[in-house]
Amino acid sequence: MALMIPCPNCGPRPYGEFWPSGELPEGGHAVDGDVDADYRRVWLRTNIAGEQRERWYHHAGCRRWFSLTRNTLTNAIHDVV
Amino acid sequence: MLKLFRRHQYLRQDTLGHSYDVVIIGGGGHGLATAYYLARNFGIRNVAILERSYIGSGGTGRNTTVLRANYKTPDTIRFYQRSFEMYATLAQDLDYNMLRSERGLLWLAHSDPQIRNQRERALQNQQFGVDTVYLDARQVHDVCPELDMSGGGKRPILGAAYHAPGATIRHDAVAWGYAIEAQRLGVSIHQGVEVTGLRIDRGRCVGVETNGGFVAAGQVLSAVGGYVTQITNMAGFRIPIVTHPLQAFVTESYKPVLDRIVASADLHIYVSQSSRGEVLIGAEIDPYSSYSTRSTFPFLASCSSRAIDLFPFLAKLRILRQWTGLCDMTPDYSPLMGVTEVDRLLLSSGWGTWGFKAIPASGISMAELIATGKVPPLIAPFALDRFRRDLAVPERASAGTH
Repeated sequence: MALMIPCPNCGPRPYGEFWPSGELPEGGHAVDGDVDADYRRVWLRTNIAGEQRERWYHHAGCRRWFSLTRNTLTNAIHDVV
Repeated sequence: MLKLFRRHQYLRQDTLGHSYDVVIIGGGGHGLATAYYLARNFGIRNVAILERSYIGSGGTGRNTTVLRANYKTPDTIRFYQRSFEMYATLAQDLDYNMLRSERGLLWLAHSDPQIRNQRERALQNQQFGVDTVYLDARQVHDVCPELDMSGGGKRPILGAAYHAPGATIRHDAVAWGYAIEAQRLGVSIHQGVEVTGLRIDRGRCVGVETNGGFVAAGQVLSAVGGYVTQITNMAGFRIPIVTHPLQAFVTESYKPVLDRIVASADLHIYVSQSSRGEVLIGAEIDPYSSYSTRSTFPFLASCSSRAIDLFPFLAKLRILRQWTGLCDMTPDYSPLMGVTEVDRLLLSSGWGTWGFKAIPASGISMAELIATGKVPPLIAPFALDRFRRDLAVPERASAGTH
């Protein structure tokens, strides 16, 4: 079974229609010129085994970004906004 | 005659001790090979391998068994060439049959950019003594007459980089061969022992907590694959690794028709036929990170359709088995090997989709690092701090599938 992504605009659609953001960087995407902070934001990951907050982009549908929480061990999805 | 029916016990069940010179977390190819070379080359035999499942249960037993050295950057070509040469004599070194089989590997181009890519790859390989040549469509047909040169009428095959020494080897045998020899040399291998924590005293790793109690260690090597960040998170630092699933499948057994290993960069797929007749088909990693090893139907459907474009006879075959492994992917598609910010804690990781063929070179290099405390030049480019120093080793084009 395909991983189905519950798009808030289009309903459940197969994952191939989406781009995943992956793990969100600690401290958000802000760039403040601190080299160490940039290094951590760009390269380092916790690679969460469990509940992970993500952004997904529905490129083959409504072409909008939305947020969800996915359990990376089971791929169960909830809290779609 | 009776000898045929004797009961073999390949691995002893060792009792977990309280202290070792070296504790290796992970009983896959990389951990087992490192232990073997520590014992054989450096006489360090008070070594324990802690494997929470059974040996070779992760990427070592799930990969698609391809051996090749046709990478893109100088650092990586040198490293994989060493590994490739070591694999050629591994069965003799370990006295264990590994069914190594030289097949010749084609990397197809169906577009102008890929012609340029594969041509460049052949030239780059030749600079380092790796046997890769660029073939035009006519020559590709001669090397692999089973190919549909029209690419299913959609993606005509225009040329290919041909790596004649490309081979396959039985992956379980690699794990077992290293394990048996390592154990014979005095290494103790513990299956079903899970590391639950690291004990770190003033910035120095002094041992590991396990489901069988605390084990003290002079040095600890994490040779963990897809789950490696569970170890580094225990140690309190983060690394540039994200775990993605990688799937593959085999058809039912068919008469031997396909001698070559055929990969296509444009179609993101590769096909080979195993020595027992199954046609093995694999592709790139799943696009989302996950620790789930459930196989998916969209992968099977899309991969089958692309495989049939290359080999129309596959359309008649039924699918026997599909499986999933976990890949510890780095941003530059190169491994992470060496020391970490915790003293006496080392890492051999980030093996993503390129780990199996690296096992001998990684094992012997990590053993040297552990034994001498000096980073061998062969693996220096793959140090953990390369991203901080802006020295990534970009290999996505040549490591992205298998």
